[in-house]
Amino acid sequence: MSDITSQSLFELTSNIKEKKLSSGEITKAFIDRAEKSKKLNVYVTDNFEKAIDQSKKFDSNPNFDLKLPGIPIAVKDLFCTNGVRTTAGSKILNNFIPTYESTVTQNLWSQGAILLGKLNCDEFAMGSSNETSFFGNVQNPVGENLVPGGSSGGSSAAVAANLTPVTIGTDTGGSIRQPASFTGTVGLKPTYGSCSRYGIVAFASSLDQAGPMTKNVRDCSMLLEVISSFDQKDSTSIDYKRNHYSKELSKDIKGKKIGIPKEYRVDNMPDEIEQLWKNGISYAKDCGAEIIDISLPHTNYALPTYYIVAPAEASSNLARYDGVKYGFRSPGQNLIEMYEKTRSEGFGDEVKRRIMIGTYVLSSGYYDAYYLKAQKVRQLIKKDFDDAFSKVDAILTPSTPSSAFKIGEKTNDPVSMYLNDIFTVPINLAGLPGISIPAGKDKNNYPLGLQVIGKPFDEQNILNISYALEDKINFKNDISDWWLSE
Amino acid sequence: MSIDLKTVKHISKLARISIDDEKANKLKGDLNNIFEFIEKLNELNTDNVQALTSIAETTLRFRKDEIKSENIREKILKNSPEENKDFFVVPKVVE
Repeated sequence: MSDITSQSLFELTSNIKEKKLSSGEITKAFIDRAEKSKKLNVYVTDNFEKAIDQSKKFDSNPNFDLKLPGIPIAVKDLFCTNGVRTTAGSKILNNFIPTYESTVTQNLWSQGAILLGKLNCDEFAMGSSNETSFFGNVQNPVGENLVPGGSSGGSSAAVAANLTPVTIGTDTGGSIRQPASFTGTVGLKPTYGSCSRYGIVAFASSLDQAGPMTKNVRDCSMLLEVISSFDQKDSTSIDYKRNHYSKELSKDIKGKKIGIPKEYRVDNMPDEIEQLWKNGISYAKDCGAEIIDISLPHTNYALPTYYIVAPAEASSNLARYDGVKYGFRSPGQNLIEMYEKTRSEGFGDEVKRRIMIGTYVLSSGYYDAYYLKAQKVRQLIKKDFDDAFSKVDAILTPSTPSSAFKIGEKTNDPVSMYLNDIFTVPINLAGLPGISIPAGKDKNNYPLGLQVIGKPFDEQNILNISYALEDKINFKNDISDWWLSE
Repeated sequence: MSIDLKTVKHISKLARISIDDEKANKLKGDLNNIFEFIEKLNELNTDNVQALTSIAETTLRFRKDEIKSENIREKILKNSPEENKDFFVVPKVVE
């Protein structure tokens, strides 16, 4: 048997069910490794003591019918966890201890999983490098001083470094898929309405979705099966029959029509990414898929649209942080001064920038020019996909326009940071499911990902295509454990 | 168009975020760069396009108006920065 922490969710679950491993042994192995991995800075809050107790409790009365029997899992610190501090990577929530549980995490615990701790992320999930977190940078296990992507950077790093078997992140414009791509892991953003948003710290409510981040596609299907559910507590949750994703997982994609959008061939895209894409296309052909050239004419307008819609929604959502009901408060002479000081000291620069953009585009006299305009362009972007999906079953693109960059490299130029999400943002705007799978490496040996985009509620199809491609690609992450301390 | 310092200060007031002059100047630069990038949308004619208001294409559900949680006062007040029995405390509002 291979080292416990390097095992996939599928392997760990099988080993527990076959009584080759106990929940206690597994939980202890992940905690021991975490204690030696502080340099990566993946944890904001750990739950190690309680996790050990819970694993013992599981072992004393195990239920092997559950889908995650006694499996320890760390989650992004954007999910509210009852009694465990939830910060969203922000000073303003530094002392916030929820008295309720998010539906998605509740789904994990109901299937036997055990909370290992809360993972670092960009502040309020606003960022593409995990550098906006109040709790500091996360190191990418792929190489020292490399960003792990963002906003789910602690999550992607934790999966790649074998600090959690799987995790869940959230994705508003690419926050699951881009970090997955940067760390050589798998990340899936489900269709809008698949996974409940209840209890997730809100960023942009019409775009936010929770999703699995895993070592491989099979684990991804297993975790999606657990977290995707209809929920009365989320008014945009959709009641439809969800697939038995792991059971229906299949490499047979013969005859599937896969679209290749010409607009994703952007200027200055590195040759390596062009080559990666070509390889992906030829693997898909080898699997019997039919490749069809398609056009998504409004692709170039997606990012500017996103940078109106997302900050507008964020400025409304973040209005609740006023220092009155919970979170950080800075005292003031009067109520207004208290609000202004609390928000000025409690939020970091990127969050303030986005609140300012959002407030501006929603302010009197500018609403039509910006927000309404963006909602109209969003319709055009969605229509591009509707048209494309009348001809194809899925779309294949690169996940990101570059591999992981150095910490500090893009922090002074917000727009260049935003360009990271050029291939992922359109999918959120259109509410579609998308998955990033590791597909190769660049000249520095840093991982690169391919993205498979599907029709609404067609997660099974993109999982199957990814499963077939994963087999052909045969990606190996060879991470050296350079950060481990004794 | 460009955003001037006065506008930055006006937005910060609307957003209830106090900023000093140095920060305001930096924000002015950042916001102008971002809006220059956003202006690209003006290339598109959207006169006959209906704005997308909901991606999920579902009508909101009605539910029965019934009490589901009781006695949660303590839970609600638990995280308040300054508490006084059953109330949230804020600086004096009425003189």
